[in-house]
Amino acid sequence: MSEGVSQADRPVEIHAAGGDLFSKFDPLIQMREGLLASGQLDPFSLVMEKVLSPTRAICNGRETILLGTYNYMGMTFDPDVIAAGKQALDEFGAGTTGSRVLNGTYQGHRECEDALKEFYGMDHAMVFSTGYQANLGIISTIAGKGDYIVLDIDSHASIWDGCKLGDAEIVPFKHNDIEAMEKRLKRIPAGAGKLVILEGVYSMLGDIAPLKEMIAVAKANGAMVLVDEAHSMGFIGPNGRGVAEDQGVLDDVDFVIGTFSKSVGTVGGFCVSNHPKFEIMRLVCRPYVFTASLPPSVVATAATSIRKLMHSGNKRAHLWKNSRVLHAGLKARGFSLGTQTPQSAIIAVIMPDLERGAAMWEALLREGLYVNLARPPATPANMTLLRCSLCAEHTGEQVETVLGMFERAGKAVGII
Amino acid sequence: MDRAETEGRIKALVVPFNTKNVAIADATTFAGDLEFDSLTVMDFVAAIEDEFDIIISMNQQAEIESWGQLIDAVVKLKG
Ligand SMILES: Cc1ncc(COP(=O)(O)O)c(C=O)c1O
Repeated sequence: MSEGVSQADRPVEIHAAGGDLFSKFDPLIQMREGLLASGQLDPFSLVMEKVLSPTRAICNGRETILLGTYNYMGMTFDPDVIAAGKQALDEFGAGTTGSRVLNGTYQGHRECEDALKEFYGMDHAMVFSTGYQANLGIISTIAGKGDYIVLDIDSHASIWDGCKLGDAEIVPFKHNDIEAMEKRLKRIPAGAGKLVILEGVYSMLGDIAPLKEMIAVAKANGAMVLVDEAHSMGFIGPNGRGVAEDQGVLDDVDFVIGTFSKSVGTVGGFCVSNHPKFEIMRLVCRPYVFTASLPPSVVATAATSIRKLMHSGNKRAHLWKNSRVLHAGLKARGFSLGTQTPQSAIIAVIMPDLERGAAMWEALLREGLYVNLARPPATPANMTLLRCSLCAEHTGEQVETVLGMFERAGKAVGII
Repeated sequence: MDRAETEGRIKALVVPFNTKNVAIADATTFAGDLEFDSLTVMDFVAAIEDEFDIIISMNQQAEIESWGQLIDAVVKLKG
């Protein structure tokens, strides 16, 4: 069966549209073009030309207040942090060129893990190259075939991708809904392993989880618990350990995931745990093994920053004050907000639609204010949000200035 | 539980989500014909899970594209 066959089922000609793997992005490309054609500045290609401090930068030649950087504790320009980074750069070089399990574990990586163990008062700490990889690695490795992951529907992309990378059965439940979570846990077949995944602060609306109740339900149903505290570390809880500490349930959390890219002020991710067998993760967790470790300067800045965050009670108090003032001020001006009360250092301002959200974002930038534009499908309920994240280094005066900018921009765009 | 009874109960559940009153048959697809987005899918699945006291994991949902496949899956899960 060869020469004579005319291959009738083979298309004579492959059409560009059918063959182009990029065709699937056409709707998004059109949406972007439509938005930009109206003269709108592209919200997703802003360049910070100069960064003056944790709260100020030059964007489009203009001095801009930064209110959307997750730099909660303002550690990026801390003199001790910078000095530690410079010293490590001089003494250990620009990079490790290797995996943590081969040539990529330097003194600094150990010291950084020691700082984390002390910060959380836990037995084990494992540093990853990013928080994204920490979620990817831990989730996909600990929950295997036949196990069940029960997670909040509003979980961060790195949690979803961790689920997708692994082989467990994935069961989502409605955001912060304790009863919906419990029902699903109870339906899991007897004998199956269970992992519940929650976040301390949900970054889209800035709301916190009722961890105390949820973790009690998870434990009563025999599940292990992983909490991503990316947006609470350094700020929430008496020692800045996060929402679980604040609600008095940190001891019941099996795995805390965190990042260095927010309060710590550099880049990197981690998992801390008291699980007696935790160290085996270093050999079996692929996103830990098959990638190069963080540069020495980065782990040195992280370790220094983490140690300073242990004693930052005053900064935490100031950050809470900033959050309360901004929340109350925006509410008083008629904006609709993601939470009724300030629950974290994120205040989400809900926009009526993407067009006016983008217009408002641009109007604020022209005023000299940078906030984060979040749009569907990354947002819950397909909302368009302007997310403000406050910094402990924002002065009371800056917060008042920000409120004035919101008021003028909101009126100009017709939102208030 | 037989297929017809299962289908009847799911038909009642789909009403609030089928906002365009699309006529439903075994071959009707959720993404194409019913135009369900991911939020609608989530709420609809939760309603079915609660009605039948089952779990339809995302892994199982990935295999379900049409109405007929959904009914078969629920019948099977119910045992
Ligand atoms: C909840 C949550 N988890 C994980 C991450 C990932 O952190 P990283 O920036 O270190 O990759 C982020 C931030 O982007 C986040 O918001």
